[in-house]
Amino acid sequence: MTTTPRWRALTQHHLFWPVAVLVVLLLINVPFTPDFFSIKMTDGHLYGSLVSIVLFGSPLILVAVGMTLVIATGGIDLSVGAVVAITGALTCSYISDRSDQDALSGVFLAMGIGLVAAVVCGLWNGFLVARMGIQPIIATLIIMVAGRGVAQLITDGQIITINSEPYKLIGGGYWLTLPFSIFVVAAVVAVTVALTRRTALGLLVESVGGNAEASRLVGIRSRRIKIMVYVFCALCAGIAGLMISSNTSAADGNNAGLWIELDAILAVVIGGTSLLGGRFSIGGTVVGALVIQTLTTTIYTIGVPTQTNLVFKAAVVIVVCLLQSPKFRAKVFGARFGSGPGANGSGTSAATPADTTPTTAAAPKMEVS
Amino acid sequence: MLNRRNFLTAAVGVAAATGLAACAKEDDSPAGSTSGGSKALVLGFSQVGSESGWRSANTDSVKSAAKEAGYTLKFSDAQQKQENQISAIRSYITQGVDVIAFSPVVVTGWDAVLKEAKAKKIPVVLTDRSVETSDESLFVTLVGSDFTDEGRRAAKILEKVLEKAGHKGAVKIAQLEGTTGAAPAIERAKGFKEVMEADHADDWKIVVSQTGDFTRAGGKQVMAAFLQSNPDINVLFAHNDDMGIGAIQAIEAAGKKPGKDILIVTIDGVKDGFVAMSEGKINAIVECNPLLGPQLMEVVQKVKDGETVERWIKTKEGDFMQDQAKAALPTRKY
Repeated sequence: MTTTPRWRALTQHHLFWPVAVLVVLLLINVPFTPDFFSIKMTDGHLYGSLVSIVLFGSPLILVAVGMTLVIATGGIDLSVGAVVAITGALTCSYISDRSDQDALSGVFLAMGIGLVAAVVCGLWNGFLVARMGIQPIIATLIIMVAGRGVAQLITDGQIITINSEPYKLIGGGYWLTLPFSIFVVAAVVAVTVALTRRTALGLLVESVGGNAEASRLVGIRSRRIKIMVYVFCALCAGIAGLMISSNTSAADGNNAGLWIELDAILAVVIGGTSLLGGRFSIGGTVVGALVIQTLTTTIYTIGVPTQTNLVFKAAVVIVVCLLQSPKFRAKVFGARFGSGPGANGSGTSAATPADTTPTTAAAPKMEVS
Repeated sequence: MLNRRNFLTAAVGVAAATGLAACAKEDDSPAGSTSGGSKALVLGFSQVGSESGWRSANTDSVKSAAKEAGYTLKFSDAQQKQENQISAIRSYITQGVDVIAFSPVVVTGWDAVLKEAKAKKIPVVLTDRSVETSDESLFVTLVGSDFTDEGRRAAKILEKVLEKAGHKGAVKIAQLEGTTGAAPAIERAKGFKEVMEADHADDWKIVVSQTGDFTRAGGKQVMAAFLQSNPDINVLFAHNDDMGIGAIQAIEAAGKKPGKDILIVTIDGVKDGFVAMSEGKINAIVECNPLLGPQLMEVVQKVKDGETVERWIKTKEGDFMQDQAKAALPTRKY
């Protein structure tokens, strides 16, 4: 056994397994797409599989980052998919009514209206959870079900197609040869990491998730924190909604963001955040979302028959979740990969509040991949 | 605690009331004119819901055709729930309408309510989709599209497209399928394959095929991946226009010209599809016509008069090539 301390430290890092899975998934693509890792210039922007993965994965990363904070408080937000649909529907229907769809002021106003609607949805969720004491899964189910109806009402059951060059930028356009959505995601992730890890906010969120009542007794306004995370989550979903509708230049009330809540929860779990609340890892979530998007791309490229898509996806997710469990690793691979002195063996290798440095270090990593 | 309970009770109450209101959502549009003093034919129609642009065009067509024919239409929207549809049909039976027509939400579970209609001697006409039943006499006929034939027509029109483009050599096809398990997706793929295997076994090949869930976002994402793994694709067959429109954006992002580098054939014929075709980005569209109102009214009259009709009356549909796109565009209502 030549277990160097460095290797040991690496495998026990909370991001090791998600990143390992991501790398393996990327490598699986190589035999099917020979120039999978090559990136070339096309029409003045970078083009390649990796660029597509980040471009199409951007909305999911945003939704998952918002979801991470909600889950860290011990809650869950099922309404994000509906919020995506509502934001896209409102924004696109406003833009489509303009005579000049390319006017910047109109586009900004439209995006503002959409995001305000998203924030209202978040306030409603937060109000039900924090003030009314309703179980988060029930409280957010209301908008999950009703919100899609609202979105269809706004679009009149039709797909609204718009033709606005400035609006196209946010989800489908390119800036400095890179998809513009990468910059939006990087900004949101950087702000989130800064707010939660450079200020006490992250600690407060975790303490509310750990024990809301105890946090209240020591003087943390746990209700306010809860409302805040639901609003933040809805805002992230709203930005994702702008991206999704901008990417296809159309608002589809029926299908936009359908089931994205489940993919987002999955991304959070793959990233090592405990569903019980109390601890979270933004970096892990970003990697988790990239794993899911890579998995989707892999299914398309390696030619899995459509009927078995979901089975394939399920198999990979099960493997990832098992690898995430220190107990499972200890049983299968022996103590080398299992719960060492540092890990706690509680089922998930989640980040601890002390993990500030690795988490912030993970943010720029996303831009590279 | 009391507050919370009151709130919940209120919420449940509101939900229940909305549900009831939804069930009762039914509008009577009286006949435009009951000419000659004879009593107007009463048609009870239960629609699936309003899930897509195609569906709302379908609803409008039925409503306006009934008005034109001078029938009294009792219309109800099932909001994609079978129980709503069954209760709507029951209420038509109680009201004693002349003919019942409906677009079934799902395939099975209709025997009981259809038997009630039969006992009251009210003929039933299906529109758009069919049902599975043990007793064939429970409904008179189906007015709707033949999805398998749409697939065949797509393959036939692709022959014309290839000829017109002067294409030579292997035809490498990417297929964007509809929602996995949905009848249109299964049957369109089947029809296309049938023609391909019979006439073009050696030169055509479907190199990649994947579901795009009938959505633009799905079509775009899947096509982006296809273009990476199979850069030599030269034909795209999409099961609906929306996926085709999404794929066009992916093709453009890859620096290729849709309609030239990659020839595109889609099914449906919605307005946005025709817009894309008039811009030269789609090469041909096989129509799947939702405007079956006039045909339905014809059948309803025949059934009422006791004439025998065919078991399956296929919707009148056309195939469109690029040169017809500009002329046809203003006539597209949906």
